Amino acid sequence: MQGVFLLRTFVFVCVLLLSEVTAKNSEDIRCKCICPPYREIEGQIYKQNVSLKDCNCLHVVEPMPVDGKDVEAYCLRCECKYEERSSGTIKVTIIIYLSILGLLLLYMVYLTLLEPILKRRLFGHSQLIQSDDDVGDQQPFANAHNVLSRSHSRPNMLNKVEHAQQRWRRQVQEQRKSVFDRHVVLS
Amino acid sequence: MEAAEGVSSATPTDELNGAGNLMDFLEEPFPDVATYEDFHTIDWLREKSRDTDRHRKITSKSKESIWDLTKSLLDAWSGWVVMLLIGLLSGTLAGVIDLAVDWMTDLKEGVCLSAFWYSHEQCCWTSNETTFDDRDKCPQWQKWAELMTGHSEGAGAYVLNYLLYVLWALSFSFLAVSLVRVFAPYACGSGIPEIKTILSGFIIRGYLGKWTLLIKTVTLVLAVSSGLSLGKEGPLVHVACCCGNLFCSLFSKYSKNEGKRREVLSAAAAAGVSVAFGAPIGGVLFSLEEVSYYFPLKTLWRSFFAALVAAFTLRSINPFGNSRLVLFYVEYHTPWYMAELVPFILLGVFGGLWGTLFIRANIAWCRRRKTTQLGKYPVLEVIAVTAITAVLAYPNPYTRRSTSELISELFNDCGALESSQLCDYINNPNMSRPVDDIPDRPAGPGVYNALWQLVLALVFKIVITIFTFGMKIPSGLFIPSMAVGAIAGRIVGIAVEQMAYHHHDWIIFKNWCRPGADCVTPGLYAMVGAAACLGGVTRMTVSLVVIMFELTGGLEYIVPLMAAAVTSKWVADAFGKEGIYESHIQLNGYPYLDVRDEFTHRTLAADVMRPRRNDPPLAVLTQDATTVEDVEMLIKDTDYNGFPVVVSRDSERLIGFVQRRDLTLAIKNARQKQDGVVSSSVVYFTEDVPQLPASTPQPLKLRRILNLSPFTVTDHTPMETVVDIFRKLGLRQCLVTRSGRLLGIITKKDVLRHMAQMMNQDPESIMFN
Repeated sequence: MQGVFLLRTFVFVCVLLLSEVTAKNSEDIRCKCICPPYREIEGQIYKQNVSLKDCNCLHVVEPMPVDGKDVEAYCLRCECKYEERSSGTIKVTIIIYLSILGLLLLYMVYLTLLEPILKRRLFGHSQLIQSDDDVGDQQPFANAHNVLSRSHSRPNMLNKVEHAQQRWRRQVQEQRKSVFDRHVVLS
Repeated sequence: MEAAEGVSSATPTDELNGAGNLMDFLEEPFPDVATYEDFHTIDWLREKSRDTDRHRKITSKSKESIWDLTKSLLDAWSGWVVMLLIGLLSGTLAGVIDLAVDWMTDLKEGVCLSAFWYSHEQCCWTSNETTFDDRDKCPQWQKWAELMTGHSEGAGAYVLNYLLYVLWALSFSFLAVSLVRVFAPYACGSGIPEIKTILSGFIIRGYLGKWTLLIKTVTLVLAVSSGLSLGKEGPLVHVACCCGNLFCSLFSKYSKNEGKRREVLSAAAAAGVSVAFGAPIGGVLFSLEEVSYYFPLKTLWRSFFAALVAAFTLRSINPFGNSRLVLFYVEYHTPWYMAELVPFILLGVFGGLWGTLFIRANIAWCRRRKTTQLGKYPVLEVIAVTAITAVLAYPNPYTRRSTSELISELFNDCGALESSQLCDYINNPNMSRPVDDIPDRPAGPGVYNALWQLVLALVFKIVITIFTFGMKIPSGLFIPSMAVGAIAGRIVGIAVEQMAYHHHDWIIFKNWCRPGADCVTPGLYAMVGAAACLGGVTRMTVSLVVIMFELTGGLEYIVPLMAAAVTSKWVADAFGKEGIYESHIQLNGYPYLDVRDEFTHRTLAADVMRPRRNDPPLAVLTQDATTVEDVEMLIKDTDYNGFPVVVSRDSERLIGFVQRRDLTLAIKNARQKQDGVVSSSVVYFTEDVPQLPASTPQPLKLRRILNLSPFTVTDHTPMETVVDIFRKLGLRQCLVTRSGRLLGIITKKDVLRHMAQMMNQDPESIMFN
């Protein structure tokens, strides 16, 4: 069933993400110390990639801008925080998101622009009957799949995909009518 | 999609649908007996009894063999498995959305040259060029003007950055609305009003489908990144419910029973809020208070588990490091004083007033969109609103950045480590206190500058959110409401702080505010303001306070938050009883019988039932005197959803009730499958075949589809009781009898229309049944 198929894809994506995430990058940890202005010295930010136990003012603030006596007073005002991130996750996520967005864009361009042109060129205007209420709608014509099945003898699988796609398109058209045209649902 | 099945009633032995093949989902689903039409209400009692039957069958069979015992155990555990899957998928999707929004929001201003997938903060993570004043400066991240022309300062660079900001915002929102329009029109809007209606028993096919899930996730990122004044919390609830619906189809226990499915959806809504805010307990309470209709204890446990798994998944993705799961974490713990309750209550009043204003204005605008020419140009509307938002938001640094960042900055207190304009206080050069205990200081010029900009930002946000919420892209309103409240709260907080500093000898300040002490925390006022505004709009109480203290981690501030929430709810309720979601439900005419409405009028069932005096008589079927042809004509001539079955036309004693859809399917099936059934065959609902002359064709037995226990009331039952019965049991229709004879019928639509009439609203606005 489709649910199981989606579940398998989902698990695959999870495994992929986990593999990127577990590959630890040494640049992904840092200790960030923020020191406010002190006497004549300006405020400064110091960063180093050290581990958690070395994350304090004495290890990270280099070169120390004050001399021996004032070091303690200076360090008391500084605040040091240990931070971690996962650069692999960020990279994988953004690339996956952009590819899904790109695929959807291509499919949208195909549906709205290319498909009517292709169908018109293949079958000519007269064979296809346009449905009445398709005034502003770019959707291809409702009985196109009938024409297709008559003219070519396609194998069973392709026919089924075409059927399913036509059914999905009709559903979306219905939804579009109730949301955008008649404003029945979703104001 | 439901598995293709014969017209026999749903076999409950079909449990875990294991490996169906890919071809199955391409087949057109065959409509099943005991399913529902689109835009109709379910019959809760029937769903409950079907589930009890299924459960009893499995339990009784479980004693027969080990295999049956395993099946019964798996059936019991399937609920928890579904919750686990929902939590995992919602957490993953929320993490993806967070990361993508972070990156795309910064894309409007510049790009990271070393690795294009990093946002501004991530790009400068390892750089050593950052300064105290400009925490995010580094050579790897360049603004667009600097990239294209080489100049980074000057009027030309500013104009070029401005132009590119607006262009990116327009392209994101245009992409979002086109994707919604072409692929999934149900993905627009917030989703919470429709989910509330679905959970109360309404059917909207495709609203929680797979394409809606995909498009809502993708376009939510685009909509939020385009800088529009909207949030992602409401749409995340919709996304989580879509995940819930998706996993329900794995188990027939949930896919075939609409009542059980809604239990899963309630829990999924809790998981949605949990990942939107990082607030699992708040999510469960939100589902209880705002979204769900029936919330038994079992759903409470399941929601808890789903919210937990979702929060855990989001935490383990954890892309930002260990400091960012709590969204607006506040690091101060300064106490608040009793005298500060006065400004807190004032902020509550402001929240209530703003809530009322927003609801009235937004509903008026949405009604205009529904009825006039404005609604014919959704794409143009989105582009226009985005253009106005981007053009007006760029000059003000507080509206240029994303709203979450703004709220985060407003909630935080100004220690010695902050260098933003808002924290430009005049510091005592001899001050040597540790970072957390800075006493009150006079404001420097930067603070006054920031105050002006904040006032402008407040006005801008108040106006633009009214036009943004309800457009044809996914839009939520939690974050914009919190932003409005946070800005107002911070302004009040700074005012009180400066008053306390400059006039510390006034009576009100003398007791609790000594010079040199840290009295007033403006960040706390921002938190209280945010809670007040959010409460004024949505009318949440307990869940609001829990979400706020889970968002900020400020457990000391529960009492001020509660005070503000209660005040804003009282003030807002004084002007109108409905929150934003109930108002949208009313605007769309959904058949939602609110549990909060009290019906106190003294009408009787006889006043509401149909047929009225001038109507044609009630359409009934007799138990053994109707032919197939009569039934078909009845179905064709009328559009009632069901017909009562009586003993005969003279005695009119009630036998049961039969649904229209079941009748249609059963007769169609009988004509196709059974021999000998023709138009003049008699339809009978009794147990035994009635006495008929020998020459009549074979009669058709339809007792199987008859509901033998329809709910009845007498004609003198007060409507108060009838409304209560409809609410508590989730009925669709109720038959009215007098002295045992059938008199009429009351449907849920009649009840809703009657209630609307009693409240002087338009009864014709109820559109669905």
